[in-house]
Amino acid sequence: MSRSLRWVVLGVGVAGIGVVLLLAFLGMPDFGSTHHPYRDLAVPAAVRHGTANVVSSVNFDQRAIDTLGEETILFGSVLAVAALLRPADDEEQQQDPGSRVPLQATRLFGYVLMPLTLVVGIDIVVHGHVTPGGGFQGGVVLATGLHLLYVAGRYRSMERLRPMPLVEVSEAAGTAAFAALGFAGIGVTGSFLANVLPPGSFGQLFSAGAVPLFNVAVGLAVASGCVVMLAKFFEQVFLVRNEGDGR
Amino acid sequence: MTVLIAIALTLVLAGGVAVVFSRDPQRQAVTLSVYGMLMTLLFFLLAAPDVALSQVVVGTVLVPLMVMLAIRKIRGHR
Repeated sequence: MSRSLRWVVLGVGVAGIGVVLLLAFLGMPDFGSTHHPYRDLAVPAAVRHGTANVVSSVNFDQRAIDTLGEETILFGSVLAVAALLRPADDEEQQQDPGSRVPLQATRLFGYVLMPLTLVVGIDIVVHGHVTPGGGFQGGVVLATGLHLLYVAGRYRSMERLRPMPLVEVSEAAGTAAFAALGFAGIGVTGSFLANVLPPGSFGQLFSAGAVPLFNVAVGLAVASGCVVMLAKFFEQVFLVRNEGDGR
Repeated sequence: MTVLIAIALTLVLAGGVAVVFSRDPQRQAVTLSVYGMLMTLLFFLLAAPDVALSQVVVGTVLVPLMVMLAIRKIRGHR
């Protein structure tokens, strides 16, 4: 394709997207207006099922099938990262990641904040149906909190804290638990991913039916998935060397 | 409130420009992290704390960390 023809294709594409976006923006409700058809349907539905956090109700009760799709995307990404970042034929895996002592202040920061971050992560997962948060947010907090131990200069301790076979199994178990809850919906009500547990009393820890269980399943899958992905990156940086690589 | 949202939007705009114009990828990972923080502020002001939480952990920590690790790996081979 010649250079000028490429510019023509680009111009047509940009103009097309521009027109479509402009039409979409013109058709949207005004910023900050009170007209919210979706809210008017979603909020009463969430309240009926005893879910204080409407976002969690939409994610795991009203539109749980969408979340199952996202869960599958994450699972696929983790698999792809694990497959792409495995040591190649001409690379060898070292056992010693090398030692590197960070600043005292950084080490203190890591040691003090790691347990705090893990507690906050668990809190965000467990209370996802009552307060803002949920399995996804809490899961990522848990996964990144663990890596504060690396910031504190203890890569080996961090490795001991996350035995990879266990983490890989818990990632699969979290995803499977999500699907299993979906099939429980078929078994009890006849609909996939239907809420099968009693809604309980609004705003309590044990409320919102199966939403807290979904949050825990997603939290497990997301935390483990992020840990697996980051572990593959860390292995590539610290442990895998090309043969003849001088470093 | 409107003033706060306007300030946050301006900061996000400035942050986005800073990310695009950071030429060194290693610095770009840091500006990307700051940009993630500004987006968090915007989402929080727009009354979307769930999205703000996702943004702060993914945009400020996870993605910049992966970018940093990838860059370190690539640099190590040169």
